[in-house]
Amino acid sequence: MRIGIPKEIHPGERRVAGTPRTVKDLIHMGFTVIVEEGAGNAAEHYDEMYAEAGATITKDVKSLWAESDIILKVHSPQFNKAVDAHEADLIKQGGCLIGFIWPAQNQEILDKLNARGASVLAMDCVPRITRAQKVDALSAMANAAGYRAVIEAVNVYPRFLTGQSTAAGAIKPAKVLVIGAGVAGLAAIGTAKSLGAIVRAFDTRLEAGDQVRSMGAEFLELDFAEEGAGSGGYAKVMSKEFLEAEMKLFAQQAMDVDIIITTALIPGKPAPLLITAGMVESMREGGVIIDMAAQQGGNCALTKPGHLVTHKGVRIVGYTDLPSRMAIQTSWLYASTLVNMVDEMGGAENFAIDMDNEIVRGALVCHQGKTTWPPPQVAHPVVATSPDQPRAETQKPIAAEVKKPSNTVRYVVLLIAALALFGLGVSAPESFLSHFTVFVLACFVGWQVVWNVAPALHTPLMSVTNAISGIILIGGMMHLSGAPTHTITILSEIAVFIAAINISGGFLVTRRMLSMFHR
Amino acid sequence: MPNTLATVAYTVAAALFILSLSGLGNPETARRGNFYGIAGMLIALIATAASKGFTGYGMLALALIPAALIGWVLASRVKMTEMPQLVALLHSFVGAAAVLVGFATLLDPENHLVGTEAMIHSVEIYIGVCIGAITFTGSVIAFAKLHGLIGGKPLILPARHLANVVVLVVTVWIGFEFVGAVEAGEVARSMWLLGAATGITSLLGIHMVMAIGGADMPVVVSMLNSYSGWAAAAAGFMLSNDLLIITGALVGSSGAILSYIMCKGMNRSFVSVILGGFGAAEGTAVVVEGEHQEIDVNQTVSLIKNAKSIVIVPGYGMAVAQAQHTLSEITKDLEAAGTTVRFAIHPIAGRLPGHMNVLLAEANVSYDIVLEMDEINKDFPETDLVLVIGANDIVNPSAIDDPASSIAGMPVLEVWNAKDVIVMKRSMASGYAGIANPLFFKPNTQMLFGDAKKNVDAILTAFRSH
Repeated sequence: MRIGIPKEIHPGERRVAGTPRTVKDLIHMGFTVIVEEGAGNAAEHYDEMYAEAGATITKDVKSLWAESDIILKVHSPQFNKAVDAHEADLIKQGGCLIGFIWPAQNQEILDKLNARGASVLAMDCVPRITRAQKVDALSAMANAAGYRAVIEAVNVYPRFLTGQSTAAGAIKPAKVLVIGAGVAGLAAIGTAKSLGAIVRAFDTRLEAGDQVRSMGAEFLELDFAEEGAGSGGYAKVMSKEFLEAEMKLFAQQAMDVDIIITTALIPGKPAPLLITAGMVESMREGGVIIDMAAQQGGNCALTKPGHLVTHKGVRIVGYTDLPSRMAIQTSWLYASTLVNMVDEMGGAENFAIDMDNEIVRGALVCHQGKTTWPPPQVAHPVVATSPDQPRAETQKPIAAEVKKPSNTVRYVVLLIAALALFGLGVSAPESFLSHFTVFVLACFVGWQVVWNVAPALHTPLMSVTNAISGIILIGGMMHLSGAPTHTITILSEIAVFIAAINISGGFLVTRRMLSMFHR
Repeated sequence: MPNTLATVAYTVAAALFILSLSGLGNPETARRGNFYGIAGMLIALIATAASKGFTGYGMLALALIPAALIGWVLASRVKMTEMPQLVALLHSFVGAAAVLVGFATLLDPENHLVGTEAMIHSVEIYIGVCIGAITFTGSVIAFAKLHGLIGGKPLILPARHLANVVVLVVTVWIGFEFVGAVEAGEVARSMWLLGAATGITSLLGIHMVMAIGGADMPVVVSMLNSYSGWAAAAAGFMLSNDLLIITGALVGSSGAILSYIMCKGMNRSFVSVILGGFGAAEGTAVVVEGEHQEIDVNQTVSLIKNAKSIVIVPGYGMAVAQAQHTLSEITKDLEAAGTTVRFAIHPIAGRLPGHMNVLLAEANVSYDIVLEMDEINKDFPETDLVLVIGANDIVNPSAIDDPASSIAGMPVLEVWNAKDVIVMKRSMASGYAGIANPLFFKPNTQMLFGDAKKNVDAILTAFRSH
């Protein structure tokens, strides 16, 4: 099978969908690879490097598209002036295209591709599940973008980021606010932190708090209870009251911080407006806003997508090509996810569109002339990721097989229990029943309380319950008041004695164990 | 103190115990949970001592003070690796106390109950004593097994299920006789019958724990924990004391759930664990044969140095050898060198659930890098090197590929998917489950024999000198 890697024609794009290293991987998998002349120039990957890796270099764009079974791209197809044709029309009948497609915004491109009967996999539609991490191009790019956002900010920020006490006077550290703690936000937090800034972050998803704190930043919270986690690890649209409280927080922060990095995106919608012109004006002179949502309209009212604008001493950076600014490595990262995707689809020998493969099905947006997006819903709660930590496991393996009792057995048990309770109710004296009620309720409390214990704490839990079961001491005490020589008193004395050993030993052991737990 | 005030104090104590258990659910709140437990216990003790009619202060002080000191000394001297034994031993105390309280209650001359209430009272005493006796002897045996005083192999008597059933039937029969004797006012006979019941249920406790294999010990300890709770609850019924009932029921049900959670971790039914150890599995396991490869410390160090990501799988062997501190230092050095190091904890590693977590915590290993089986199993294919330290059954591939194996179906750490595996062990001997481990013969597995601590120390020294 033949894989074609054309040069990206999107203005300003430096990345390329294959690097010499990934071309080698593809050839190793059994593919032949054609690369357009100069495809990797902007990413410092030159034609001779591709040739050395085993690729064929061609000048002829049209034939590259027409002769390749699979086309690997970064951007969605667009009109190519050089050959006076739309890329989508160039693809081989029934061929396969893998790249960023953004199907929600690009309906007419899907139509063109469908007209060619192409199978199209959108790297931006890969389901956010654990198994799909190796093909998660969005996270790889977001991580790079978050890093670069800080670098761009520092580049135009006319002050130090880190604080210093020098003989000539003290310099205060810069304060950075990161809005949205997804992959990009967390990468930005880490980068800003390592440059010495004081970093704060905000996210509507409360679960992001721990991740933010784990990166060493302060997590800003509203006095407002609303959970903002939507499906697929993204945020959802919040209520009006929440938004007002949120805007108030941003207004306060704008007056205090030096750099604001916004990353707030809601899938399929324009980016929410978070930073008003008034907030920009309230910032200190020399302040910087990096609007990472510029492509989707921007989180800041004054953002000009693709450009740097200065408004009353505040620089607002709306670059939309942050990953592309680190093209050598982002090309490789992206191309690697493409290699993994091709591998997931069967490699050169068994290449096929497997509709039962959750990853392939999720990414597939066009197939056999029909739009197959959005895919049927499969619910997967996903915890947003931080770039330097493995994504939290959210899918438990199928629970261990435990034989379920058949319904008949269950009914019989229920019936016996009901009869026993009935018998108790009829014959038992009241004093017993009040104790019995307490007993049953306490059993349920114990049952409920223990379910959520972290496995690491099983041993301390056991030893604390053991100490608590030393409460039998009270039973012994109740018979202690007789004559010291009486049998009852002696028996009880021993009971109290050993129960007390248990109590003091149990609690102390628990304390010793717990004192070791630390982060 | 009027009795109403004592009741209120008991309610507070019960609430504190509930808070204590729920606090123990999370590392952040666990210490507070323990404190709640202590506070609850103190309140309960003071309320009982101050309640109307209590005069035995001398006797109380005589028992309480030395006992508290003994408990304190025991708990502060015990090594972390001996924690399981201590917990088992402490369980036995609760069981014994329940038996004694039962006898004392039977002899109580101030008992003026009649009719149904009297009958229920005798039944409560009887049940309390029986559960107490099972807890007592069962815990003593568990202690002996864990402490190595007796072997870990399950003792399988012929017709043991039948024996258990017979004992149960006899116990119930004695129970009827006992209730009758109490009703008829035959004090000596009722004492004698209760003594007989204590004896026979003690035997039941011994037999029950003897028949359970070492690998199932965590479940047994947790189950005995549950029993000690039920024994306390039964004592509460016989003394009409709600605090004892509530606390006993809390401990009983939480212990039962804990056992259940552990059984689920091993993919075994609770009933089959109770009725017999691993030895009871049907069928013959495939005989594992082959050549294993040995490796020395220097080769191990070079493998470690070349690895980008390492997963350490600790087992009971690490606990015995006290290798966790050195391991923690190696981990820090490796992390400093940019290697990803994580620990994979099987739910049943060690002799108590969470045993490994406690030891690693003791050795200052951050709990962020200590992962559970479910979290890490998927990562093994991308792992360069797995160090298995003193673990065996929990990394046995026959659980997955050999349906005839006695641990078939138990989830295990799939370490063999990693690029290289080094198993540190004293010898080729089999683990607690008593079965061979095909992992040792896999081509990507190397064996490093010797005491875990000595080997780990040698690795650290070699690692630092390079």
